[in-house]
Amino acid sequence: MSVDTDFLRSVAHFSGLGLAELRSIAKFVFEKSAQRDELIVEEAEPGEALYFVVSGAVKELKTSVEGKEQILRIIRRGESFNDVPALDGGPSLASAQAMGPVHLYGISRTDMGIILQEHPTVALNVTRVLGERVRYFVSLVEDLSFKPVIGRVAKLLLDYAEDGRGPRPRLTQRDMAAMIGTAREMVGRSLKTLEDAGTIRMERHRIVIQDKEALREAA
Amino acid sequence: MALMPEIDRELCNGCGLCLAVCSCKALVLVDNVIVIMESEECDYCTQCEAVCPTGAISCPFEIVEES
Repeated sequence: MSVDTDFLRSVAHFSGLGLAELRSIAKFVFEKSAQRDELIVEEAEPGEALYFVVSGAVKELKTSVEGKEQILRIIRRGESFNDVPALDGGPSLASAQAMGPVHLYGISRTDMGIILQEHPTVALNVTRVLGERVRYFVSLVEDLSFKPVIGRVAKLLLDYAEDGRGPRPRLTQRDMAAMIGTAREMVGRSLKTLEDAGTIRMERHRIVIQDKEALREAA
Repeated sequence: MALMPEIDRELCNGCGLCLAVCSCKALVLVDNVIVIMESEECDYCTQCEAVCPTGAISCPFEIVEES
């Protein structure tokens, strides 16, 4: 197996590393593939590895005892999941499920410890990654606590459309509901309200943002 | 061919609730699993996804800005 060092270079954890360092880190990397809906990580299980998405998309989610889902993040190419358990040795905080066929690179918890010791730059990069993650989750909590549903839907649409990080998986209304902590019916009603106001247009398999400023005001 | 709702055959329990709400008559039950028979008829209203109790039907959307 030949690990793509160009891909590693593009990952935030390994930003600023030279080729020699990337090659030494590449020796620790294992590959994993998963099919749609396959669980890659299970919540509360021992966090044995940190994963990076090479292709496809993964949703990180919590599931209540009643079976209700809250999607925490959608992880795409170049992004990571299961960082915290791989770093602190605790159980996985959430499950990670493939949204379609995915290809992953993984580094075991033990090997990640070695990498952090041998490459201080990686340790610094990881603190930045986790810092960004904290900011993201504070914003999510704020939205879930204070925004009305239509505001959360508007923000989700804006964030998705403005995200320039590459191909994004298509979302069902059920996915959107799980991302913003509401019921599918409420997402449907909010989309209808936004469409009636001319802010968006619902096409066959596409939601088209017609008035971005109006959507920002609604968010 | 137009993009169609996606059906997970393993999740479909053949309850037929989606048949009842489909105004386009695009859905058919074959061997106790829902199949979309006539793609021209489906207008992607997403009611089938809304009513499905097992999450077997998915109607995904791309989110784009008007160019």
